[in-house]
Amino acid sequence: MTVDVRTAIAARAAQELRPGEIVNLGIGIPNLVPGLLGDTDVFLHTENGLLGVGPRPGEDELDPDLIDAAKQPVTALVGAAYFDSAQSFAMIRGGHVDVAVLGALQVSLSGDIANWAVPGKDVLGVGGAMDLVVGARRVIVTMTATSSTGEPKLVSECTYPLTARGAADVVVTELSVFRLRDEALVLTELLGDATLEQVRAATGAPFDVDLEDRRAA
Amino acid sequence: MAIANGPIEPEEAVSVIRSGDTVMVGGFGLVGAPLTLIDALVDSSDADELTIVSNNIGEPGRGLGKLLRQGRIARGISSFFTSNPEAVAAVNGGEMEATLVPQGTFAEAIRAAGAGIGGFLTPVGAGTVLAEGKEEHVVDGVPHVLERPIHADVALVHAARGDELGNLWYRRTARNFNPLMATAARVTIAEVGEVVAAGVLEAESIHTPHLYVDELVLSR
Repeated sequence: MTVDVRTAIAARAAQELRPGEIVNLGIGIPNLVPGLLGDTDVFLHTENGLLGVGPRPGEDELDPDLIDAAKQPVTALVGAAYFDSAQSFAMIRGGHVDVAVLGALQVSLSGDIANWAVPGKDVLGVGGAMDLVVGARRVIVTMTATSSTGEPKLVSECTYPLTARGAADVVVTELSVFRLRDEALVLTELLGDATLEQVRAATGAPFDVDLEDRRAA
Repeated sequence: MAIANGPIEPEEAVSVIRSGDTVMVGGFGLVGAPLTLIDALVDSSDADELTIVSNNIGEPGRGLGKLLRQGRIARGISSFFTSNPEAVAAVNGGEMEATLVPQGTFAEAIRAAGAGIGGFLTPVGAGTVLAEGKEEHVVDGVPHVLERPIHADVALVHAARGDELGNLWYRRTARNFNPLMATAARVTIAEVGEVVAAGVLEAESIHTPHLYVDELVLSR
């Protein structure tokens, strides 16, 4: 996966965000979103207890008490608020976080998400993944269309351990945008030079096509 | 109960921990972790067969990772063991039992214990392997999992400041699980960066009122 592919996915996901929204970003591709928001100001929430996450600090701004959920140093913007972990997850489960942007290993045609464990490997780290996909009002999945071994990640039924059922709303890959609409998977946009045939070849599930529904970027 | 005698030595504080106890340890990774108390537990206590309730089991050779290397953790209750590969190895090698809990459920179960709640229903985890063996209830058409409170014998927490009564103030994202854990154990030991006189912490800004805190220890 090239840097360009990751950036393209993140840039398209960034267009899904509206000014003023409360947004929680997962690790990986979602972490590229803040640099691609342009004039869209959102409030970033991190589940370890901060609303108002700012950019990565310079060396003279490093604060050992100020990290994000990936345990990386961050800054806090003017107007930021700190809170404990129970309140942070109450915000998430209670539907007060507008959007979660996260990566996934698989997404099914009914919006099931698998993003925390690989079968046969250790299932010893879930963190806040399950809370976020269940609680956030909109869940945007950013992922490459296929795995490193060429397997489609959009599938009829997830074979990896589930994070939650029916949780995905939007899936952005380097090829296209899918939306889960009335429990159906709908291709709504082709990205870059991608063709419908390419998307079909890279998708392991049946889907509807409604390209007229293109969002104004 | 409020503090009677001012800060005590960390070795004395952790001497209350007995073999087989359940010990909560604050922190998100090492941020907000009571590292002085952990070191005292590692160096001056021989309590073993411990159940550790902490979001992570430290890092390799750091924080709770030291206690892990001593083989004194029989069971871990965490949301993310993976941040310490040695913890993963200990689980896979059968040296430590692991209970994995979604992070929000972990926080809420500790909050519930401290608040006298016998359990709660959450949609998080429903239909996944982490709900196996747990009661499921459908609320307004949505499957929920019954989660029980997580209590402890002793809580080790960290705060940037404490006053002489035991009121605590946490700094930035070092707060995390500390104020929850301070409520959920029979004995709460608070490690603080500094101790100030009563009245110095603004009453409206106190995060943990002193009634939750049994002993104060100064960070080394």
